[in-house]
Amino acid sequence: MSNDTLTARRAFMSANDAVSYGVRLCRPEVIAAYPITPQTSVVEKLSEFIAGGEMDCQFINVESEHSAMAAVMGAAMMGCRTFTASSSQGLLYMCEMLHYVSGSRFPIVMMNANRTVAAPWNIFGDHRDSLAMRDAGWLQVYVENGQEALDAVIQAYKVAEDPAVRTPVMVCLDGFVLTHTYEVVSIPGQREVDAFLPPFVPGENVLDLANPRSLCISVAPEWQTEFRHQQQEAMAAARRAIAGADGDFAGVFGRRWGGMVEEYRCEDAEYVLMGLGSVMGTTRLVVDKLREEGLKVGLVKVRYFRPFPNEEIAALGRRVKGIGVIDRDVSFGNAGALYTEAKAALYSAGDASPHTVNFIAGLSGRDITKEHLETMYRKVIALTEGKAEREIQFAGLRWEEW
Amino acid sequence: MPKPTVSVFQYPRTREEMPRGPYAKAGVLVEANAGWRVFRPVIQTARCRKCQQCWLLCPDGAIDRTGECYTVDYNFCKGCGLCATECPAKAIAMVKEGAKGE
Repeated sequence: MSNDTLTARRAFMSANDAVSYGVRLCRPEVIAAYPITPQTSVVEKLSEFIAGGEMDCQFINVESEHSAMAAVMGAAMMGCRTFTASSSQGLLYMCEMLHYVSGSRFPIVMMNANRTVAAPWNIFGDHRDSLAMRDAGWLQVYVENGQEALDAVIQAYKVAEDPAVRTPVMVCLDGFVLTHTYEVVSIPGQREVDAFLPPFVPGENVLDLANPRSLCISVAPEWQTEFRHQQQEAMAAARRAIAGADGDFAGVFGRRWGGMVEEYRCEDAEYVLMGLGSVMGTTRLVVDKLREEGLKVGLVKVRYFRPFPNEEIAALGRRVKGIGVIDRDVSFGNAGALYTEAKAALYSAGDASPHTVNFIAGLSGRDITKEHLETMYRKVIALTEGKAEREIQFAGLRWEEW
Repeated sequence: MPKPTVSVFQYPRTREEMPRGPYAKAGVLVEANAGWRVFRPVIQTARCRKCQQCWLLCPDGAIDRTGECYTVDYNFCKGCGLCATECPAKAIAMVKEGAKGE
């Protein structure tokens, strides 16, 4: 019997440690992982918890990320709650299994430490790894700080295991800026988390000697479409589950993160910046500064990239004059992934559709400074006033005046 | 060990009957899967000494020894011929499928 009681307290820790505490509180039965910077300390901490008898869980060391996901999928087939984590090259190596897990409807939760992908080789953060997994059939949530990381993990299990959803969730943290940055984090009590997240009740896609089933079966062309439609419906159900989990979480723990998106000072805003993850923290400060100058600015933090907040963004589009979208990635030959999708969502805003511009910034850990963000706001404002702006701009490109 | 018998798979008729994700009841045999057999083993019961070699060695467990004479379950036999090769009494003949008189 493990010494697994944890009482609520506040502690100074990295966001990776916050994820570890979040996972521990959710009582997974099997964790399999392979280390990769900047994810490693998450699974190191979890293995410490297990070795120290603080978690009752099987930790499986595997030889690759592909095997890590395969191992937790096997555990999920037995009806276990599971966890794994990866990053960058490791996530890409895991790609095949990501599709297998989502298509088989196993509600696995994983953490991804957002890091760019080679080449050029680089271990620092941007969103090119997880956004490359956009179509893997997983929910994706991007967090802004350590507390949100911990809370998002707990909510992720709640959403993933919802009988109407039964779809895996990827919790994405910016590499180093979040994963290795220390801040004060509130650790919820085990009893409260147990009440919020009861033990996992698997669906029928489990191995059962009394009722033998073939899992992950082949499906003929005549039936594949119906299973794909189920996955699309599960994502629609996830929108409701995300809002529900956030509301229930707020009721128990007193913190609310906004569900699909969080708007900041957008009530009367005319110019907004939109983005994913930690850059939104810096952007809040810039919003406050520009508000003091009397500029009607706000920000929209897109939390869930899958399912995508189409309705929320279309509604925003009817209220504002200009939107700048910050992407810590670029899909070569088009634009940043968030921009492409946000712009598509804004098509529903009709004639009221605002001016839009895409800022490619923060690639492979390059700082996005307050000055950069202020420039972005001023460019959005200038765009609405008729000044020509290139639609896709690399922020602070070395060779250009920006 | 009871083997599944050939039966009709009941496809979902409604959205509600769809399994949530690609899984299905195990052990449903929708057709005899021995269709690619070229030669079939035929046990000549007069020569059979019931030594159990064929029953032991058959990769598909297709030899039935529960009756008075050993028989082959042709729904599972792939026609590999292992039984005929190993039979010490040479009691198993491999007969071409569709041969005259079959």
